[in-house]
Amino acid sequence: MIPLSAYVFISAVLFMTGLVGVLIRRNFIIVLMSVEIMLNAANINLVAFSHYLHSMAGQMTALFIIAVAAAEAAVGLAIIIVIFRGKMATNVDQINILKW
Amino acid sequence: MMWLLFIYFATVSVVAGVLTVSLRNAVHCALALLTLLLHMAGLFVMLNAEFLAMVQIIVYAGAILILYLFVLMLMNLKTEEQHLHKKPSVLIFAGLGLLAELLILLMLSPYGGTLGTATSEVILQTGPSHAVGLTMFSDYLLLFEIVGVFLLGAVIGAIVLAKTPAKTDSPETATTPTS
Repeated sequence: MIPLSAYVFISAVLFMTGLVGVLIRRNFIIVLMSVEIMLNAANINLVAFSHYLHSMAGQMTALFIIAVAAAEAAVGLAIIIVIFRGKMATNVDQINILKW
Repeated sequence: MMWLLFIYFATVSVVAGVLTVSLRNAVHCALALLTLLLHMAGLFVMLNAEFLAMVQIIVYAGAILILYLFVLMLMNLKTEEQHLHKKPSVLIFAGLGLLAELLILLMLSPYGGTLGTATSEVILQTGPSHAVGLTMFSDYLLLFEIVGVFLLGAVIGAIVLAKTPAKTDSPETATTPTS
């Protein structure tokens, strides 16, 4: 029987990987992919706790997270397309028009 | 056996996550993310959540990742010589420090709570999908409807954002698209 802490460990490692990816990558699309890694890490945590605490609530939340991630990807990629059309840039340090 | 499977899925997903963050070519990153998502689905199966694993494969690996690949190939990005920010090592060390702190906190914290009624035996009597369906359409019905409206809003927003602007500088190129 695998203990709950093993799943939580994997989840923490993946979450920090995604966070480092958000911080270090220049490409906007890969920043979004790193956000997907972080959402997945949260999902694995929720499902693990749902399994070990004998409740369906975690699985339900994970399902809704997947739906929200789909919406996030659609809108985020649409925003990237708009920016790319106007500026021909996909690097986050070139998109600084809102920088004060 | 369970441990073997767990170690396989866990190591491959962590390695794929690191590759997603570190690879230079964006399409390779997307493929590494695909590996990560598929192995995550394997972990879901090990946790008795088969329906969620299928949703993960269909929605994440099937729909979201294809969307990413479409946009990547539409933009025709070149592999850049500088794919990271100026000083990535500082941020990587900050991330590693945060991870160490997180793991120490997780070691120290007790896991527990009130156990629910949906034990593995109860779920496996009718199957996980059945249990998910019953819960979703009874306790979580309002949330389900809200997510439906939310997705509709996201679809409309994405279409409005990505639509070609109606006013162009040269109208004849807008009416007759070149092949």
